[in-house]
Amino acid sequence: MTLDLPLIWAGLIAFAVLAYVVLDGFDLGIGILFPLFKQERERDVLMNSVAPVWDGNETWLVLGGGGLLAAFPLAYATILPALYAPLTVMLLGLIFRGVAFEFRWRTVRWKRVWDWSFTLGSLMATFMQGIALGGLIQGIKVADRAYAGGWWDWLTPFSILTGIALVVGYSLLGACWLVIKTEGEIQNRCYDLGRKLSVGLVLLIGLVSLWTPFLGEQFLQRWFTWPNILLTAPMPLLVLLAAGSLWRGLHDYSRPKQPFLSALALFVLSYIGLGISFWPLMVPPSLTFYDAAAPDVSLGFLLVGAVILLPIILAYTAYSYYVFRGKVDPDAHYH
Amino acid sequence: MQALLDPVFLARLQFAFTVSFHIIFPAFTIGLASYLAVLEALWLWTKREIYIQVFRYWIKIFAVTFGMGVVSGLVMSYQFGTNWSVFSDKAGPVIGPLMGYEVLSAFFLEAGFLGVMLFGMNRVGKGLHFFATAMVAFGTFLSAFWILAVNSWMQTPAGYAIAPNGQFIPEDWFAVIFNPSFPYRLVHMVLAAYLTTAFVVGAVGAWHLLRDKTNAGARVMFSMAMWMAAIVAPIQIFAGDLHGLNTLKHQPAKIAAMEGHYEESIKGAPLYLFGLPDNEAGETKYAIGIPKLGSLILTHDWDGELKGLKAFPREDWPPTPVVFWSFRIMVGLGSLMALVGLVSLVMRFGGRIYSSRLLHRAALVMGPSGFIAVLAGWVTTEVGRQPYTIYGLLRTADSVSPIGLPGVATSLIAFIIVYFIVFGAGVFYLLRLMGKTPGAIAHPEPETPMRAAGLMPGPAQQLEKGEAP
Repeated sequence: MTLDLPLIWAGLIAFAVLAYVVLDGFDLGIGILFPLFKQERERDVLMNSVAPVWDGNETWLVLGGGGLLAAFPLAYATILPALYAPLTVMLLGLIFRGVAFEFRWRTVRWKRVWDWSFTLGSLMATFMQGIALGGLIQGIKVADRAYAGGWWDWLTPFSILTGIALVVGYSLLGACWLVIKTEGEIQNRCYDLGRKLSVGLVLLIGLVSLWTPFLGEQFLQRWFTWPNILLTAPMPLLVLLAAGSLWRGLHDYSRPKQPFLSALALFVLSYIGLGISFWPLMVPPSLTFYDAAAPDVSLGFLLVGAVILLPIILAYTAYSYYVFRGKVDPDAHYH
Repeated sequence: MQALLDPVFLARLQFAFTVSFHIIFPAFTIGLASYLAVLEALWLWTKREIYIQVFRYWIKIFAVTFGMGVVSGLVMSYQFGTNWSVFSDKAGPVIGPLMGYEVLSAFFLEAGFLGVMLFGMNRVGKGLHFFATAMVAFGTFLSAFWILAVNSWMQTPAGYAIAPNGQFIPEDWFAVIFNPSFPYRLVHMVLAAYLTTAFVVGAVGAWHLLRDKTNAGARVMFSMAMWMAAIVAPIQIFAGDLHGLNTLKHQPAKIAAMEGHYEESIKGAPLYLFGLPDNEAGETKYAIGIPKLGSLILTHDWDGELKGLKAFPREDWPPTPVVFWSFRIMVGLGSLMALVGLVSLVMRFGGRIYSSRLLHRAALVMGPSGFIAVLAGWVTTEVGRQPYTIYGLLRTADSVSPIGLPGVATSLIAFIIVYFIVFGAGVFYLLRLMGKTPGAIAHPEPETPMRAAGLMPGPAQQLEKGEAP
């Protein structure tokens, strides 16, 4: 039996990107919500709720990039130049927010500066990730194994919409995370923020979902032709179900984990929806993941490592979350 | 100035700039993580409180450095695609999986256990905490292993075939990873990281010994650092020599540029101490050298024959002056490090290691020497690889992304501005942390004016009390 290595790797990369979105999503969201919390102690709590784990969360982004280079070099070599500007700004944003975790504890006079660096960096990184997503969905021009489009192709009303949707989405994840990790006044405000953000996110998901099929012939065929529609019709229903569960969770204060899990479900469902549209494309409209795949000798070699190491990574990541479980203690740090 | 309008040159400049900034942090954290693991082990073993105090002192510095390493490293994993897309497409099947292994085995290990290491002392047992520290240290080493495998493969490619679509296809993974220059480069780089850390720790110890030679924490730091300098610096010189011989075998044009030799063939080559290599003129002007020493070092024979640049096609010459001088800076600093190590041994056995102000001042001045030497070594090997990205196989000019001049120039300027602001602030905070007196807050320092205000500005001391928790 021969393994379909490109298919396995497409699945693994998809998993890495999803892991990144759900993990770094909530800590970027906390950065975006940061200025809404004015008191010093509140901000300490917010930051400490993610300080021990953000670095691990961001490593999934490195795996997404590095894995793409390893498994689908042609996709890496066409998507990255096409999204040159948004990705560069995203990286700069991630620098500003990443250093803030340490820097804000190292100064009194400049603390405000690093607080803003945390917020604006998170906002910029998130917005640019959303734009990059939109830029990928609407298609990337490829000719002769290279990006063949223009400098501003990524900037369209659609990509701006996906950018906004991701900002709202990550903020919601952040608020729901804080519902789990905090208590009292902060938690109450997060319930409130969660309710507002969830309405916004569901509307934005609807808007993006309705727009996407009109961006490419394949997308339209995929969603609205018989018999595909039998498979695609349940998707909007499942989204509504998750939204309902989110809404209930944000009103029932006895189940603080429900909002976060429901919000995650929304993200996963949207992601699956995207997968349905894309399959088997990796760089729409022209490259499938088979076109972009590295030779089997490369895929097989790294697969051995992935099969052994990914479960171990997941195990110690879970352990790390377990060590820092429960409500945040604002005074517990090494600074 | 013409070069500044060339997108390939700007893309090179951007990569050089971002990677040079990045390498500073891992060069320090590779050594510092091991140092922290050793300190914690000594604490667990001897139960002496001083070790954990020194550990707590350095872990803050480690955290700030590590944070900067993470974010500047993230940039690197995207630079290949944004600026060197043709290279990525062609070399991806070979170098991609190696970087994949770096992420899977090293980055996750470091990141996963960093949280426990920094925040977990009171949440997990001492044994588990030590395990986390050791895993972080092991992760930094694994990261060096994989990234140097990639880098070495670009210098001395092996174990590959070239497919009809132009991609490099791995044929023998063992040959790819353990390519001819890899063992030398790995040893040379890891030793460099240890030396870099040793000299930073030594300088901080020296700074505080100069102010109070009884400070127990400063003594521990200084003594340990000087042991490292005395033992590792000579080993590094030996390893560097072997690495040079390896380069002579596989990249003779690079050696010719490092030595500033142009003549097609030269017997009993001198070792130039000074000179201005000039590719246009094809000679090294104003050269001052020691006769025959060049041949002796490289061929272990006074009259050994070396090839100069003219033995190679003109279009394969690297930018010689850069390589020539960066090499001399690295070797000069390495020699000074060994000298400091030697002097420290003399002082130690004379019982004056904690009281010799001369030694302390020398160690203080040498604090940043590791960083400069690492950067100079990096420049030597990478600029020496030019005009190729994959040596002899893929030219730099054929590797670059189809991004126009305005795009590359804008992003380069943005990176420069952001890096100087962000990492400038970071370095300031690091120096401030290093300025804090180790261990005993028991006797508050008198706020006397200090001599070398450059390293640690005086006002920082006063801020300290109202400062960060």
